[in-house]
Amino acid sequence: MSSTIASRKRRNEQIAFWLFRLLSFGVVAILFYILYFLVSNGIKAISWEFITQMPEDGMTKGGIYPAIIGTLYLVAGSMIFAFPIGVASAIYINEYTKDGVLKKIIKQMTNNLAGIPSIIFGLFGMALFVNQLKFGDSILAGSLTLGLLALPVVIRTTEEALKAVPDTFRQASLGLGASKWQTTSKVVIPIAFPNIITGLILSIGRVSGETAPILFTVAAYFLPKLPQSIFDQVMALPYHLYVITTSGTNVAESRPMAYGTALVLIVIVLIANLLANALRKYFGKKVKMN
Amino acid sequence: MNKLESIDLNLYYSDFHALKNVSMAVKANTVAALIGPSGCGKSTYLRTFNRMNDLIDNVKIDGGVLLDGKDIYDKAVVTDELRKQVGMVFQKPNPFPKSIYENVAYGLRVNGINNKKILDESVEKSLQQSALWDEVKDKLKKSAFELSGGQQQRLCIARALAIEPTVILMDEPASALDPISTSKIEELIYELKKKYTIVIVTHNMQQAGRVSDYTAFFYMGSLIEYGETKEIFTNPKNQQTQNYITGRFG
Amino acid sequence: MKARKIKEKIIESILLASSSITSITVLLIVVFLFSQGVSLFGDSTVEKGSVMAVNKNNPVKELTGSQIKEIFDQNVVYWNEIGGKKDTIILFRIDDIGNYYSDEEIGENFEGLSECVSRLVDSIPGILAYFPEKYLSKNFKGKVLPLEKVSLKTLFKGKEWFPSAQPAAQIGAMPLILGTLWVSLGAILLALPLGLATAVYMSDIAHGKVRRVMKPLIELLAGIPSVVYGFFGLIVIVPLVQQVFNLPVGETALSGSIVLGIMALPTIITVSEDAMRNTPRAMKEASLALGATKWQTIYRVVIPCSASGITAGAILGIGRAIGETMAVLMVTGNAAVIPHTILEPVRTIPATIAAELGEAAQGGLHFKALFALGCILFIITLIINLLVESISASNKHKSH
Repeated sequence: MSSTIASRKRRNEQIAFWLFRLLSFGVVAILFYILYFLVSNGIKAISWEFITQMPEDGMTKGGIYPAIIGTLYLVAGSMIFAFPIGVASAIYINEYTKDGVLKKIIKQMTNNLAGIPSIIFGLFGMALFVNQLKFGDSILAGSLTLGLLALPVVIRTTEEALKAVPDTFRQASLGLGASKWQTTSKVVIPIAFPNIITGLILSIGRVSGETAPILFTVAAYFLPKLPQSIFDQVMALPYHLYVITTSGTNVAESRPMAYGTALVLIVIVLIANLLANALRKYFGKKVKMN
Repeated sequence: MNKLESIDLNLYYSDFHALKNVSMAVKANTVAALIGPSGCGKSTYLRTFNRMNDLIDNVKIDGGVLLDGKDIYDKAVVTDELRKQVGMVFQKPNPFPKSIYENVAYGLRVNGINNKKILDESVEKSLQQSALWDEVKDKLKKSAFELSGGQQQRLCIARALAIEPTVILMDEPASALDPISTSKIEELIYELKKKYTIVIVTHNMQQAGRVSDYTAFFYMGSLIEYGETKEIFTNPKNQQTQNYITGRFG
Repeated sequence: MKARKIKEKIIESILLASSSITSITVLLIVVFLFSQGVSLFGDSTVEKGSVMAVNKNNPVKELTGSQIKEIFDQNVVYWNEIGGKKDTIILFRIDDIGNYYSDEEIGENFEGLSECVSRLVDSIPGILAYFPEKYLSKNFKGKVLPLEKVSLKTLFKGKEWFPSAQPAAQIGAMPLILGTLWVSLGAILLALPLGLATAVYMSDIAHGKVRRVMKPLIELLAGIPSVVYGFFGLIVIVPLVQQVFNLPVGETALSGSIVLGIMALPTIITVSEDAMRNTPRAMKEASLALGATKWQTIYRVVIPCSASGITAGAILGIGRAIGETMAVLMVTGNAAVIPHTILEPVRTIPATIAAELGEAAQGGLHFKALFALGCILFIITLIINLLVESISASNKHKSH
């Protein structure tokens, strides 16, 4: 009896493991296929002209230069806003507050903000920045909206980075008579810096692909020139991809442009991920060696 | 015949040579204690007897480990069948987040026994053997986490006994417990030896002296000295053993 | 010494101010969303400055927005269908005035128009007149119907979303709410088993090397923008669904679910894999030491121990799916009708906002209705987030 049970146990395990292996390889295959499909099609569309020229002929020809520049502006704008504020909040949460009501509220609100769908940021950005503050559809309005969206990401990654700094460093510094801010700025932040930068890079990856928040705050359908001020509209990569696949003047003919744009977006995310991982590894090793 | 035996056993974690040519034998119905400083390989050695080391990536073993004269690292041996014969109790009590009853019944259930009558009998018998029955018989359905640390450890012993092993491995079973719970566990070990062969890793020299018949001293992955406990404690042949026992290092 | 203290204080206040920005933002979002959304209630679905009037003997006291639409679509032709007499409904729009009166009677500058309308409504028992308020004469002989005010009932009972409909805008949110839920639930039903299987495989079955390849790939795919997934869905999934099910169009709820499911996979996999890897090693070892196989250990110990983490991952996945905008907008076909099967086009709340906000006049009914949708979405996602938090909080509590 015991041997039949034993062999049944083993058979069940084999069946289960094969099933799980099959399903996971299926998942990996799907994910790989998506990447392969987008990369192999995109690579044909990409050329030097594609990334340096204005779109032409109803966006069926030419390049996506203004969209790339637009996205760069928006990423830069949103980070100028979100990075300092996010890092400062994380420092306050992690270094200054004790576990208490205030900390709880701040953390809860940050979590809530992180959970809000991006389209709501779009609605809010339009209501506050475009209409109420009269920035109009502009880089300023779009950057602020994206910045708010990125804020929780920056806060969370910075917080993790600060938490990873051992308390002994703080105690050592405080014990030598350094003030709280001296300890934070001279000891804690330098140690946490690589991880904070990692967070910054990941938020850049996130922000550069967001479409919904810029729909009504900045994105231009077709604008073959570069912005002159922060009150101008710009084209942006994700919105451009959306537009030329769904509502362009000639969807079929802009297909290669769409593949190219999608690939550019993927490459941005890829670079952000690789850079973040590399930084983590590099500095992780360095810290361990010390 | 020896119940357990290892012959020229070597174990490597990647490049690290964790066990070096360990040969020793344990007689049936005796208690063997493994002592030595932290990192000496005694826990690793204990875990070769139920092939727990298999779970770690990049572990390589050569040499032989025999249970009742048969090599347990033979290709034909199935680890879960082996582990039914060689039970294990861990350093920290690690009951499952289930009821007291289900904790003891777990080993039977995974081996296809779901008959209520058999389970009931086995749970009672095992809990009695581990001297826990009187304390928990009225709350078998309660979560195992409601028990004290010492009770949890005896529950883990009962759990190991339920599958009726012939060998019980104990990895510092009392290190996380208070003195009273510790002495209960030690009494239990003394009782269990009548039916089982026990190998116990311990940090506590007095404990080794109290519970074991044989003692093995490990240092840096090698078995330095092995013999009757009385001999080892009163008349060690090796200088390192003597140093360790008299508390000069470790 | 004193200067140093002041500097410290200043820095601390700057930090505090920064950390309050998230809270302020959440509050502002609530204020803006709800002030616009709530101002919808009290507005009428009939265009401002217009009047609906009936003959004074008509017993009908009021018409709802959907009744008006049914009448103008000629789905309702008799007054007794909506609680009146047996008369046929005779629709009158201001442009029809020429059919009843001569130009002289109306007057060159429409000075007689008000009088004509009044007489007309008085003379036809079954009339329903729809005309600008400025042509309502002072001694109007008909009965002006009170215009229905938008209420929660309009929003949640209405079966149609057609905010630009004339004369009465249809702002029933139900098709959109259902569309959102259908697509999201479909996505989770697809993604959960696949995601869990992958998580189990990665955490407890696969060799370390396999895991080290899979994990970064999955993380990378979590970072790809939703618009790119939408693009992929439109080009690959939509035609596939169309072909496989032999449909007139491939933009369906199912396509949305598939794309969202693929997008939810990385979230579900990483969250549940983390939960499973957090199962104490001692638990797994205890089970294996009792002669359980690896698989028995997985389903008897690892999965129950990480159940709350897995649930949190699943709910988080649903939350993401519900709020997802671009991908859904691109692949679901955006028909604002209550779906009957998953092979029909549907429209979700976020997609509706994204598609229509650009064309809605600021401050108008349509605009406010979109903000009201935003409020609904906000509340749904807030509930989901709180749910996830309470689950992971109770989980932390348990593991201590």
